[in-house]
Amino acid sequence: MCMDYKQICSSLVLIMLAGPANVEAAEATLAVASNFTAPANQLVEEFESQTDHEISLVFGSSGRFFAQISNGAPFDLFLSADQEKPRALIESNLAVAESLFTYALGGLVLWSSDEQLVDGFTVLDSDRFQKLALANSRLAPYGVAAEEVIDQLGLLNALQAKLVRGENIAQTYQFVFTGNAELGFVAKSQVYKNNSLQSGSAWNVPANLHSSITQDAVLLQRASGNSAALDFIEFLQSDRGRSIIQSFGYTVEE
Amino acid sequence: MGFSEADITAILLTLRLATTVTILLLLMGAPLAWWLARTSSRFKGPIGALIALPLVLPPTVLGFYLLLALGPNGPIGQITQSLGLGTLAFSYSGLVIGSIFYSLPFVVQPLQNAFEAIGDRPLEVAATLGAGPVDRFFSVALPMAKPGFFTAAVLGFAHTVGEFGVVLMIGGNIPGETRVVSVQIYDHVEALAYDQANQLALLMIVFSFLVLLSVYGLQRKSHRQVLRFGS
Repeated sequence: MCMDYKQICSSLVLIMLAGPANVEAAEATLAVASNFTAPANQLVEEFESQTDHEISLVFGSSGRFFAQISNGAPFDLFLSADQEKPRALIESNLAVAESLFTYALGGLVLWSSDEQLVDGFTVLDSDRFQKLALANSRLAPYGVAAEEVIDQLGLLNALQAKLVRGENIAQTYQFVFTGNAELGFVAKSQVYKNNSLQSGSAWNVPANLHSSITQDAVLLQRASGNSAALDFIEFLQSDRGRSIIQSFGYTVEE
Repeated sequence: MGFSEADITAILLTLRLATTVTILLLLMGAPLAWWLARTSSRFKGPIGALIALPLVLPPTVLGFYLLLALGPNGPIGQITQSLGLGTLAFSYSGLVIGSIFYSLPFVVQPLQNAFEAIGDRPLEVAATLGAGPVDRFFSVALPMAKPGFFTAAVLGFAHTVGEFGVVLMIGGNIPGETRVVSVQIYDHVEALAYDQANQLALLMIVFSFLVLLSVYGLQRKSHRQVLRFGS
């Protein structure tokens, strides 16, 4: 017994000593708003190939992340879908104020999985669809933007009976993807990759039809010395990082 | 601070959904449970397992497949479209269908247990007294299985009230149509309206506790175990 215990101990020490080849290598867990899923995956893949850091991604709604972080969830960096929640975390001393930055401005598209259906916004004023999906405007900035667009086009009353709401933009996409809703306002990042539409038909909503979807990121207090999180923030703001973000249909601030 | 109008709409919708589903499930579940309790068919195992699937599957799996099935290219969607009903996702009818799948084991299993507990003896006695199969079911099996029906109804109702994952996937959050209490609570939490979430959540806890208390209380009185979860 005694020998076994010693052996285990010494091998543990060896593992701990031999583990990280680079003393700088660290790990970070990121809470990422679901609309940013695709670019986050690509960003992390490239970041990890350049460094020895390890990044774990958790996707979900910003509201849930806010509740979890407020109750001690072990996240290091929070990529929110809005500006309000990172700021609220700073106010309650859970996030580092100086780290706050805008990582992306979201784009909105009217999308259908049917290749013929969307020929500009005129389809909204037609009887060629039964259901129009959008994100819940109470929870998601993409939902707020979608309602503003419908309102700007003067169709809010006419479309009221056709609206179905996803809890977040990922679910909204799912409704349209499965054809249960013929049309939906989704995030451009969900249907664009390498600057081109991946499937179906889409209308790119002009940014002047809705208030901007500004997405802020913030470093959480527990990670103030986490080199993986800090290096990843730097990567997000680098030219390469920004061009990846743009290739998914986001715009980035100058 | 009381419940908002939207909360009350959600509560009423939930009660309406649970009532409809419970009635339908008792009508469908009774013959199914009777067959499962009496048969020695080799399909008994597979069918029993199929019915019990929602007990172990995450509701998201059930919800996702329902969404595909109800969609314009899915099998249920094809049928409803050819009947001129359109597709049923995002509608009250769609929720009823989803809930029937979801709550089926909670109704069938207590009924099956109750039917099995009767044993062969009373039915054989009834047969020797000249009762046919239909008569035996209605005048012997049904009365003797009454506690099982009570448990099945209460559990089916309560489980439908507590349904969340499936509704989230096929509901579309339409007030008065598909936005049930559990979804309303989720929305409150996501929107950081914790006070409103608390009120509704507390109501759910009190309701669920009372439901289970009544089931266990009845079981103690009848000395018969029809509920095999816990106790």
